Amino acid sequence: MSSIIHGPGAATALSTFNPVDSKKLTNLSVRSQRYIVAGSDASKKKSFGSSLTVRHSQKLIPNAAAVATKKEADTSASTGHELLLFEALQEGLEEEMDRDANVCVMGEDVGHYGGSYKVTKGLADKFGDLRVLDTPICENAFTGMAIGAAMTGLRPVIEGMNMGFLLLAFNQISNNCGMLHYTSGGQFTIPVVIRGPGGVGRQLGAEHSQRLESYFQSIPGIQMVACSTPYNAKGLMKAAIRSENPVILFEHVLLYNLKEKIPDEDYICNLEEAEMVRPGEHITILTYSRMRYHVMQAAKTLVNKGYDPEVIDIRSLKPFDLHTIGNSVKKTHRVLIVEECMRTGGIGASLTAAINENFHDYLDAPVMCLSSQDVPTPYAGTLEEWTVVQPAQIVTAVEQLCQ
Amino acid sequence: MATAFAPTKLTATLPLHGSQENRLVLPIRLAPHSSFLGSTRSLTAHSSRRLNHAHATRRSPPVVGVQEVVKEKKSINSLLITKEEGLVLYEDMILGRSFEDMCAQMYYRGKMFGFVHLYNGQEAVSTGFIKLLTKSDSVVSTYRDHVHALSKGVSARAVMSELFGKVTGCCRGQGGSMHMFSKEHNMLGGFAFIGEGIPVATGAAFSSKYRRDVLKQDCEDVTVAFFGDGTCNNGQFYECLNMAALWKLPIIFVVENNLWAIGMSHLRATSDPEIWKKGPAFGMPGVHVDGMDVLKVREVAKEAVARARRGEGPTLVECETYRFRGHSLADPDELRDAAEKAKYAARDPIAALKKYLIENNLAKEAELKSIEKKIDELVEEAVEFADASPQPGRSQLLENVFADPKGFGIGPDGRYRCEDPKFTEGTAQV
Repeated sequence: MSSIIHGPGAATALSTFNPVDSKKLTNLSVRSQRYIVAGSDASKKKSFGSSLTVRHSQKLIPNAAAVATKKEADTSASTGHELLLFEALQEGLEEEMDRDANVCVMGEDVGHYGGSYKVTKGLADKFGDLRVLDTPICENAFTGMAIGAAMTGLRPVIEGMNMGFLLLAFNQISNNCGMLHYTSGGQFTIPVVIRGPGGVGRQLGAEHSQRLESYFQSIPGIQMVACSTPYNAKGLMKAAIRSENPVILFEHVLLYNLKEKIPDEDYICNLEEAEMVRPGEHITILTYSRMRYHVMQAAKTLVNKGYDPEVIDIRSLKPFDLHTIGNSVKKTHRVLIVEECMRTGGIGASLTAAINENFHDYLDAPVMCLSSQDVPTPYAGTLEEWTVVQPAQIVTAVEQLCQ
Repeated sequence: MATAFAPTKLTATLPLHGSQENRLVLPIRLAPHSSFLGSTRSLTAHSSRRLNHAHATRRSPPVVGVQEVVKEKKSINSLLITKEEGLVLYEDMILGRSFEDMCAQMYYRGKMFGFVHLYNGQEAVSTGFIKLLTKSDSVVSTYRDHVHALSKGVSARAVMSELFGKVTGCCRGQGGSMHMFSKEHNMLGGFAFIGEGIPVATGAAFSSKYRRDVLKQDCEDVTVAFFGDGTCNNGQFYECLNMAALWKLPIIFVVENNLWAIGMSHLRATSDPEIWKKGPAFGMPGVHVDGMDVLKVREVAKEAVARARRGEGPTLVECETYRFRGHSLADPDELRDAAEKAKYAARDPIAALKKYLIENNLAKEAELKSIEKKIDELVEEAVEFADASPQPGRSQLLENVFADPKGFGIGPDGRYRCEDPKFTEGTAQV
């Protein structure tokens, strides 16, 4: 049974880690840990000493603290309900559509078909064909249409049937989604959410196995987040919909069937924050999306070998949560980035630069980045396996860095 | 002698200014407004079948919409506009022309930079359509957007300041010539890449429909999308024609066919140069109109806007027009034939309207002159205002990148970057 972490730096060893049952650890972001420790007075929300953050995070922090303290009190409590990741996304989407009539969905096969990965299943029956709009196959135009609708008061959630298809919408995403708020002098907001399945699946072929995070990261004006557990999937979906900024939410084809128990009450996950998965002392491993699970698998091996890795799911691909990451670097002095993105110009490349720029003095070793190979994802199973980072490589890298 | 604008001329095959006939395919009596398609499996197949059948059997499309309207008017009053309307139209076109002429002057004096695309000669299209719209209707344009913004109600001061790059510009100086936006007047831009505004316009029309059908609000707002002949070879155009017709969105697609896309003649770029024909291919009426004649444009616009407000869906209107200047102020304009330019200069829409107003005793020369003087002063004042306005300060650099500046993220010290005092100075690391 996984234990609950009580305070920063209290590195409780992980006896067993069940990748599916990640909730118990992921619930506690670094920030909420602080609240538990500062603990007796959870009402003293001195988050960042500023009204700005408190105003927005007020919803979050109490929830995170509330859930945590609840857990402390009664670790065998069975509050919450269990579901799969795609159901968590659907739940988040449905709750937001109930909450705000301006939220609508647009995409190919989102309505009658229920979505290519069933994230929008049942929504068309409930909300109608206009609110859950089955579009023709014209990504650029319907993304632009969603942007025009957002400018005039709606809050569309655009689904790319596969994130790769968004390449066709690049004109609209870059020029209008990202830039329009600026070029209009702040007059128009674009509160869209662009989401869909991406990443390398099981022999889906090169074009359906793309990792587009890197392509979009330079666009000014957009935020990018990647979900990895049912808990943060629902939380990020809701936060993205409520955000006034355009947000790209990256889901992963292989994670849709992850099961987890999530809270019954309303919660959101902060779009700009990273998630502490496993605190540790020896090395900081930064990861996101599916690679989180490869990292945790490697962590099992590493723990058996006597290492104590700190694993952080960065979640926010743009902007980076340099606070959580920085605190970790200052503690462990070694960084390994594990990502599925391509090596060249990927998220890892940007993260490496950011860490070197900001935390250079704290590093005892160069930042190491494990990314996918710069190849189009091959169809053959063996080749595909070698394209992405595998747990064995992670173990080797940690051993190398910790020498 | 019948004047150029007399109603009879509209129905005659004799061209007005010189060459064009009006061909109107406007089956305005379509099937009754159906429920949103897709919600029923048994679609409104009858309406679309009827439409297809109707188009298939037509050889030379009958002249419907405008002429019927005109014939009605003829019995009541043989003029297409009242005096008040005429003066409004005249003033708007004069504003467009004077403003653009002033832009040229200011550009060559080094007050504005970059790519500036002027609208001289095309005023009839902007005035003809936009003066029929309400404040809550939306307009989407391209980079040739100064006059669309002015017609929609954005003040000459705000547009001129934007061109000068000053904070008092409609977009705080951040957009420039090709990005005129106004939330107040529902001017949804100003787009530099051709075609990328059309989906945005489609989205605005979708919003109207959503408000009416989902939110059950009273919403009759329509959207007018302006773009050129070059754009009509672009995929986004076709994708939007499809969606607009499919969902019967309240939008009017207005093609300002000025025959040239920079140096590329429309005839050299397009397999079938008759753009209006592309409307019926998608299930909407396609109308061709003389874009140098503001009254004709206005009659077509009236019908198209009314269709959209009734919920009958989109219309594609091709306006044959011409730009008197080059593509932009940087264009030497060497490829266009002098004879062609002269031909269209003789059809100057402002001169034509002036003639119509005077000959039909709607206005006197003196009244029109006083309008011209008033506009001259307005434009001069706009220049003075823009000149006197301050340029944006450093602190403005990072504003407006995000609607919610938390999007810049959390810095190493745990605070959001936007809380960094240097952020408001524009020098923060983001």
